[in-house]
Amino acid sequence: MTTSPILSVRALEKRYGTFIGCTDVSFDLWPGEVLAIVGESGSGKTTLLNCISGRLDRSSGQVLYRMRDGRFPDLDDLSEAERRFLMRTDWGFVHQNPADGLRMRVSAGANVGERLMAVGERHYGEIRHTATEWLSRVEIAAERIDDQPVAFSGGMRQRLQIARNLVTRPRLIFMDEPTGGLDVSVQARVLDLLRSLVSELDLAVIIVTHDLAVARLLSQRMIVMKSGRVVESGLTDRVLDDPRHPYTQLLVASIPES
Amino acid sequence: MTFHQPTGSMPQSALLSASGVAKSFTMHLRGGIRLPVVEDVGFALHPGECLVLGGPSGVGKSSILRMVYGNYAIDGGQILVRNRRTGELDDLGGGDPRLILDLRRDSIGYVSQFLRAVPRVSALDIVAEPLISRGTDPDEARERATALLDRLHLPSALFGLPPATFSGGEKQRVNIARGFITDHPVLLLDEPTASLDAANRDVVIALIKEKLQAGTGVLGIFHDQPVRDAVVTRTIDVSSFSARKKIEAVTEPSSERHGSSQQTSASLQEEQFRGPQR
Repeated sequence: MTTSPILSVRALEKRYGTFIGCTDVSFDLWPGEVLAIVGESGSGKTTLLNCISGRLDRSSGQVLYRMRDGRFPDLDDLSEAERRFLMRTDWGFVHQNPADGLRMRVSAGANVGERLMAVGERHYGEIRHTATEWLSRVEIAAERIDDQPVAFSGGMRQRLQIARNLVTRPRLIFMDEPTGGLDVSVQARVLDLLRSLVSELDLAVIIVTHDLAVARLLSQRMIVMKSGRVVESGLTDRVLDDPRHPYTQLLVASIPES
Repeated sequence: MTFHQPTGSMPQSALLSASGVAKSFTMHLRGGIRLPVVEDVGFALHPGECLVLGGPSGVGKSSILRMVYGNYAIDGGQILVRNRRTGELDDLGGGDPRLILDLRRDSIGYVSQFLRAVPRVSALDIVAEPLISRGTDPDEARERATALLDRLHLPSALFGLPPATFSGGEKQRVNIARGFITDHPVLLLDEPTASLDAANRDVVIALIKEKLQAGTGVLGIFHDQPVRDAVVTRTIDVSSFSARKKIEAVTEPSSERHGSSQQTSASLQEEQFRGPQR
C-alpha cells in the first residue's frame, strides 16, 4: 500500500448565504485510486468537486495536495503560478459536456497539442506526433486530426476531451458525469477506455456520477452525498451490496435489475 | 470495531478466522425492520483445507462468504485474514477499504456465482486481468489465461469476445478461470459448478484439488453433492449460526405462520440485496 495520500480534504464546507452547498466533508485519496461521489441532483456532489479542484472558492476547511516535489500544501496557500501549473499539467478535468472542456473551433490535434505547449513543448513535429498517438489511444482515426470537434459525434468529442486531459501525464483527474450525456452504446466504449487508461497510467481519480453502475465499474471507494453531506462511505462493493443508510438503500433499490 | 490482535485461541497457521461474527440487515425502506441473518459465527481455515459451508438455502451461507470478502459489513465479532506479504493476521472485518483492497489483491480470492462482465472486455483479458494487476507481464498473463480456458473447454473462438453474449456455463467457466489463475492463499467459492456439465465439473474438481495440494485454503458452498464429496475436508453447519430461526421461533409460535414468515424474510432480502449484484 502506498503510504501517503495525494489529496486530503478536511471539513470542507461551501455555503451560499445560509444555503449549504456541501458541509463537513473529509476524505483522503491515494495515487492510483478511483473515488466515486454519488448522489442525486442537488446533493452537492458537483459543488464538492468544484471546491476541491479550485474552480469554486470554499467557505471553510482544507484541501491539501501532494506536489511533485513531495510538499503537501493547502491549495489556497499556493501561488497563482503554482495553481496554474497544477491545472494545466498535473490535473485534468473531464466535463460532462465535452464543449466545456474542448475548444470546439480548433482542430482535434490542436486541442490535444495545446496542453503540451502549456508545459513547454515547442517542436511542432513532436507535438503532432504525440497528438496523433493520443488520438489513436482514444480510438479516433489519425485522419481526423485536422477536423474540428464540432464535426465529431458526442462520443468522439468525449474521447477527445479525455485525450486532451491525459496528454500531459497528469496525476489527478476530476470527472463530472463523464458518460452522462452519451447514448448507452457509446457510454460502454468511453467507460472501457477510462477504465483501462486509469489503471495503465495509475491515475488518482475523483468521479462524480449519479449512475451507480458507472461507479461500480470504475471506482474502488465511494462517497454517498445527500443534502450537501456525506451520508455513507466505504468500499464500493460494500456500499452497493450492503447499503446501510436509508438514502443509499433507496438509491440501490432504484436500479432496475437486468 | 478496533480488534488488531489475533485471538489467543487461534492456531498460528490459520489463514482465515472468524469469531463471534453477527450480521443483520436493517431495511429502512420497509419501516426499518431488522432482518437477522447469522450470529456467533466462528471457524478457522487452515492451509490445504477445504471447509464447506453446509445447510439449507437461505440460512446465510453466501452472506458468510460476502462478509469474509468484505462485501457485507459485520455488526460484531472479528474476521481475520493472513496477509500474504507480511504474514500477519489483518482485521478485514473492521471494514477499512484500503486494507480490504490490499488483502483482495494478494491474500484472498473469490469466485462468485455470476460473472460481472465489463462491456467490451474480452474473455481472455477478464481472466488475465488479476495477474496483470499484480504485475505479471501481460503476454505471460494471457498465455496462462489461454491455457486455463483451454483446460475448461471454452472454445478458442470465444477468447477474444466479451462474455456478455455467452451461455451461462461459458460465463461461469470464464469466472472460474479468473478466480483460479492467481495463487491467493485463501479462495472463496460460491457454487462454482452450478451451471456446468459433467466434464467441466470434473475439471473444476481437479483444479480445486490442485489448489488444496499447493496449500490454498478453500472456503466454499457446493450444492452439487459429487463435487462436495470430492473436495471436502470439513463441513460447517451454517444453520447453527442462523439468527433468523431463533427470532422467528420466538415471535411466530404457530408452525404454519413460522414457515410463511421465513419465506417472506428471504424474498424481502433477495429483493433488497440481490438486486444490485449484477
